[in-house]
Amino acid sequence: MSGASTMVRDGARQAMAWLHGWTGLLLGHILFIMCLAGTLSVFKPEISRWMRPEISGPADPVRAITAATSWLSANTTGSTGWYLSAPDGRSNLVEAAYDSGGEYFSRALNPLTGAPLARDSLGGEFFYRLHFELELPYPWGRLLASLAAMLMLVAIITGIIAHKRFFKDIFTFRRAKGQRSWLDGHNALGVLSLPFHVMITFTGLLTLASLNMPWAMTAGYGQDLMALYSDLTPGAVTKAATGTKAPLAPIAPMLAQAQRHFAGAPVGRVYIFNPGDSGAVVTIYPVETASIGYLPAEISFDGSTGTVLKAWTEQRPAIRTYQTIYGLHMAHFAPLLTRWLYFLGGAMLTLAIASGMVLWIVKRRERAPLSIGNRLLERLNVGGLVGVPIGIAAFLIANRLLPLSMTARAEAEVSVALWSAGAALLLGLGLTPKLGWPFLLGLLSLLCVLAALLGPIWASDIMLVTGNAMLLTAAIALGFLVWKQLRRRSTHTPVRRKAVPA
Amino acid sequence: MTKAAARPLRSGWRYRANVALRTLAGTLGAYGVAALAAAALARTLPMARVEAVTIATLIAYLVAPAVTIWAFLARGPWRALAGVALAALLLGGIGWMAGQPA
Repeated sequence: MSGASTMVRDGARQAMAWLHGWTGLLLGHILFIMCLAGTLSVFKPEISRWMRPEISGPADPVRAITAATSWLSANTTGSTGWYLSAPDGRSNLVEAAYDSGGEYFSRALNPLTGAPLARDSLGGEFFYRLHFELELPYPWGRLLASLAAMLMLVAIITGIIAHKRFFKDIFTFRRAKGQRSWLDGHNALGVLSLPFHVMITFTGLLTLASLNMPWAMTAGYGQDLMALYSDLTPGAVTKAATGTKAPLAPIAPMLAQAQRHFAGAPVGRVYIFNPGDSGAVVTIYPVETASIGYLPAEISFDGSTGTVLKAWTEQRPAIRTYQTIYGLHMAHFAPLLTRWLYFLGGAMLTLAIASGMVLWIVKRRERAPLSIGNRLLERLNVGGLVGVPIGIAAFLIANRLLPLSMTARAEAEVSVALWSAGAALLLGLGLTPKLGWPFLLGLLSLLCVLAALLGPIWASDIMLVTGNAMLLTAAIALGFLVWKQLRRRSTHTPVRRKAVPA
Repeated sequence: MTKAAARPLRSGWRYRANVALRTLAGTLGAYGVAALAAAALARTLPMARVEAVTIATLIAYLVAPAVTIWAFLARGPWRALAGVALAALLLGGIGWMAGQPA
């Protein structure tokens, strides 16, 4: 037996700890953005409602879709597709993506009139897209997100193996002890909801399977991906446009028939292909809150006559398995309490990542003066870990302050978010970390207060009240953190103890 | 085995090369084995094409981390690499022989 193999038996934990540190470091900031945005996406419809306060109260899905299609019929030309999501109790308007005259639009439509809202905003969709597209063009954002998720899986596996005393660590916290405290905190955050972390990473990778694991698809279907898609959703019919104009048949009877086909589940997504053409197709899916599975059924209609082309209810075990795993990640099935647990699990994962990245620096600082690379990393931590939430807070504030008449208003909101995060990143790089941490955290706290005040703070709609309350809670927690940092600066000399191996 | 060899080596080029080779086997190697397993299963599972493809994809996500863990538990770094290469060859062969289903 060689010395090297002995090394791995005795030193497996060290090797794992090493790998855990490096995989975490390599894409830590990307993972932090993904986890933070993903955590917020748990409440995507609720955030959308906070960001569109003009529309309150419940909306009827059939009536809203009917209004949307009649507005779109009158106000679009040469569309290839309208992709509509009906209000479902959490969302209370129609989210529409459509093209008109060669231009692509993504708008929230008033559930009564069908017209786009004056407060043009991406709403919670911004966080949802940021979560797996990272504001990068297709497919690079999704590929980077896939790579980060794979590294996270490695970081989780190696993190588990690196643990000497798995269960003891759960119940260990030594406060105000520098590196030990950061390590204990990081361990507790990582271990306490470990099943959630493993589940959400695995299922997250699976949602992007066609990009990060396409080899089974290629092996089975070669280049013929259309055949794959039509096998996956046999009830979704594709037809080429004929070029002959024909008005869209009344949509309400189609919606009613779809609901009967879904065994009473309300309609969710309504896709209308080639509207206004005699080759138009209307494909309807049930609401996603109805079951843990994501696409249990679909039905397609001839758009110009309103007759059923094909209906399908998904019962194949393999497809149901995939849909269930997909649904587990999306959490559309989840009732309110479960959603809060998803939020909590996501928040813990986000904090585990952030604390891990701080730990990397703290650990090295307590041993020796930091190298130039680690000093840069320390400042990147300040700018990135606080800069990203600053961008998010700025996004919410922009939603309230940008004039409603502005053109490309939704894009401007996103620009404000990106420029604010970028400015915060530069500040974090420019300031010494001793100054940068409390300054940027304090700024973030103030921005959260401002967003809540603009909420407006006297709002009575439960969605607005909850949103404001969460912003204020975040502001108080951040303020406490700043206070601790400033107090320690003036009184505390760090206690240095001999490091015990992790 | 000498006493010196029994002591864990945590620095030096041997240790670094060991970790580097295992990391290679456990990352790129693990992905490769998972991808080839997905392809082989998609072509050989006895069920409708779309179902075989779906199940094969799901299994691939279990294969990858299993290979990663194994790469660090194998007796030596070369053994880890050889194991990964052998598995890849075997799965690639099965997938290739099976051919694309009609």
